[in-house]
Amino acid sequence: MKKAVFDENRCKGCGLCVEACPRKLVELDKHRLNRKGYHPADCTDTERCNGCGLCAMMCPDTAITVED
Amino acid sequence: MAIKRPHALTDVELHYCPGCTHGIVHRLVAEVIDELGIEGKTVGVAPVGCSVFAYNYFNCDMIEAPHGRAPAVATGVKRARPECAVFTYQGDGDLAAIGTAETVHVGARGENITIIFINNAIYGMTGGQMAPTTIANQVTTTTPYGRSLQVNGNPVKVCEMLATLDGTAYAERVSVDCVKNVMAAKKAIKKAFTMQLEGKGLSIVEVLSTCPTNWGLAPNAAMQWLRDNLMPVFPLGVYKDVSKEESK
Amino acid sequence: MSEKVLMKGNEALAEAAIRCGCTHFFGYPITPQTELSEYMAKQMPKRGGLYLQAESEIAAINMVLGAASAGVRVMTSSSSPGISLKCEGISYLIGSDLPCVIVNMQRGGPGLGGIQPAQSDYFQATRALGHGDGHAIVLAPATVQEVVNTTTLAFDLADIYRTPVMILGDGALGQMMEPIDFAEVPRRQCPAKDWACTGTGMKRPHNIVNSLYIQPEDLERLVEERFERYAKIEAEEALWEEQNTEDTELVLVAYGITARIAKSAMNMAREKGLKVGLVRPITLWPFPKKPLDKLSATAKRFLCVELSMGQMVEDVRLVVNGRAPVDFFGRTGGMLMTPAELLAQIEERMGK
Repeated sequence: MKKAVFDENRCKGCGLCVEACPRKLVELDKHRLNRKGYHPADCTDTERCNGCGLCAMMCPDTAITVED
Repeated sequence: MAIKRPHALTDVELHYCPGCTHGIVHRLVAEVIDELGIEGKTVGVAPVGCSVFAYNYFNCDMIEAPHGRAPAVATGVKRARPECAVFTYQGDGDLAAIGTAETVHVGARGENITIIFINNAIYGMTGGQMAPTTIANQVTTTTPYGRSLQVNGNPVKVCEMLATLDGTAYAERVSVDCVKNVMAAKKAIKKAFTMQLEGKGLSIVEVLSTCPTNWGLAPNAAMQWLRDNLMPVFPLGVYKDVSKEESK
Repeated sequence: MSEKVLMKGNEALAEAAIRCGCTHFFGYPITPQTELSEYMAKQMPKRGGLYLQAESEIAAINMVLGAASAGVRVMTSSSSPGISLKCEGISYLIGSDLPCVIVNMQRGGPGLGGIQPAQSDYFQATRALGHGDGHAIVLAPATVQEVVNTTTLAFDLADIYRTPVMILGDGALGQMMEPIDFAEVPRRQCPAKDWACTGTGMKRPHNIVNSLYIQPEDLERLVEERFERYAKIEAEEALWEEQNTEDTELVLVAYGITARIAKSAMNMAREKGLKVGLVRPITLWPFPKKPLDKLSATAKRFLCVELSMGQMVEDVRLVVNGRAPVDFFGRTGGMLMTPAELLAQIEERMGK
């Protein structure tokens, strides 16, 4: 099953992926900062992610890949 | 859909601001280079502006040009190495203000290169000044009361202008504001490179883009501003496509 | 095999460039270098090269930048006002360590100036071919044969040192016809261009041609490295001609077309028993300091002769450094001095 994988350290917390996810599964983690100082995006429910890749298509930092 | 980092992008982390659409367009160009299998024969020309460091991000050979001169530099490369795929990556100030003459004349000559033109209606690198594509009443640091058409004139419509030139083979304006448009943008970029490989002449893809930092908007709000304000002035669409005209 | 032909300076320069492997020429029409471009336009397509008329001097020099980045031998030519337009590009060429040849057939200035021969771009050529810390090698031939030889040398030096090289001529040299022999031109060994942007072929890391270094430490290191190369150029590549400098009391210093006038004046002075010699710089950058330094110990005075209000004279003064008076005589605006006019200047200064 394909899943979106988030590279936390490349993320700049822009939130474009949050808007792109058709299932509204992506959120910025407001409780954490990555090494760049941003709230990183992550998938809140990997079970429900079907790896459609729309989040990755909107990511300006290639922080999201879709893998098996 | 499996999405992985394209080979034509280096591992260097992009310096762009959060939500800047340069990163999306970089990825699309790299994906197209991968899919066409041309990385080994591609030479890119970076502009002056926010994407000046593009030479660090693309894995193909790269040249950094003086401000506005990327089309002339690309001409030199292409004439020296016609077997190479040559592209420029330019912003609105670079392409449509200081480099207007160079831009117009690669169209006039039908220079067999591809231009990726990022239009976000503002100067990003210098901190948000008026661009040649800044729209009427748009506030920038040098049009603090909004762009006055009486004082500053009108925004330049690049695709429309280049489409009038006989040497322009392909001119399309796309946007990267949403998934659907990102996919269309990639298709246009692929078409532009393909037409170069077929020796058709100048191909240009104008990409409506955002500048969240200098527009003073959050990234998603900037996308909405693009849709509401830029798209009516700069309509998306194909302005020239000689491959269609040939097949008629 | 010897093959003497009669050619104009401008055409001989173009022919010499093609013969030493210049395959690409980008230019914009301007008097008085037009014959050079026209010769290229006629010959390049027949000989497998490219002549392309650009939309401006600025575009032409940036096409040169592109072609040089792609590893071919490339040239552009212009005259004074056009060179001013090219200076942005030349600065980038210097900053990107790109080899190319730029010809300036000087005319009078400033501004649109005139179209007659001048040497008033000496400062620009040797001091400020664009912004930033940097130089281009500047060659100043005085005969059409020397035009041929220095053109070939220019391409070789450009490749060896990875630098733009300027051939600084003038309208007179470009227009004059003299017999030349292409067989006699010396050649240098040049390194391979493994830095060029020709496509990686997926066999090597990508090459980057660039002049931007955002970290000041990096830029300083790079400029210092470039200046180490300049020091080598200064030590090894300075060229000049000396005549009658064994017993000389008054040393004429002149380059290019003016050196020919100076030679005639020197010979007239010698006939009158005056101990006049000549130092003719062939490289203007690097400036040939050696002969002038040596003569500073023995000569009574120096007279720098130029078609300007006095530019090279400052380099002469820097070398002589107060050890003897350095005078200047020049004409400007496109006017040439006659040998008799110069002889009068010599006689006056020698108290005759």
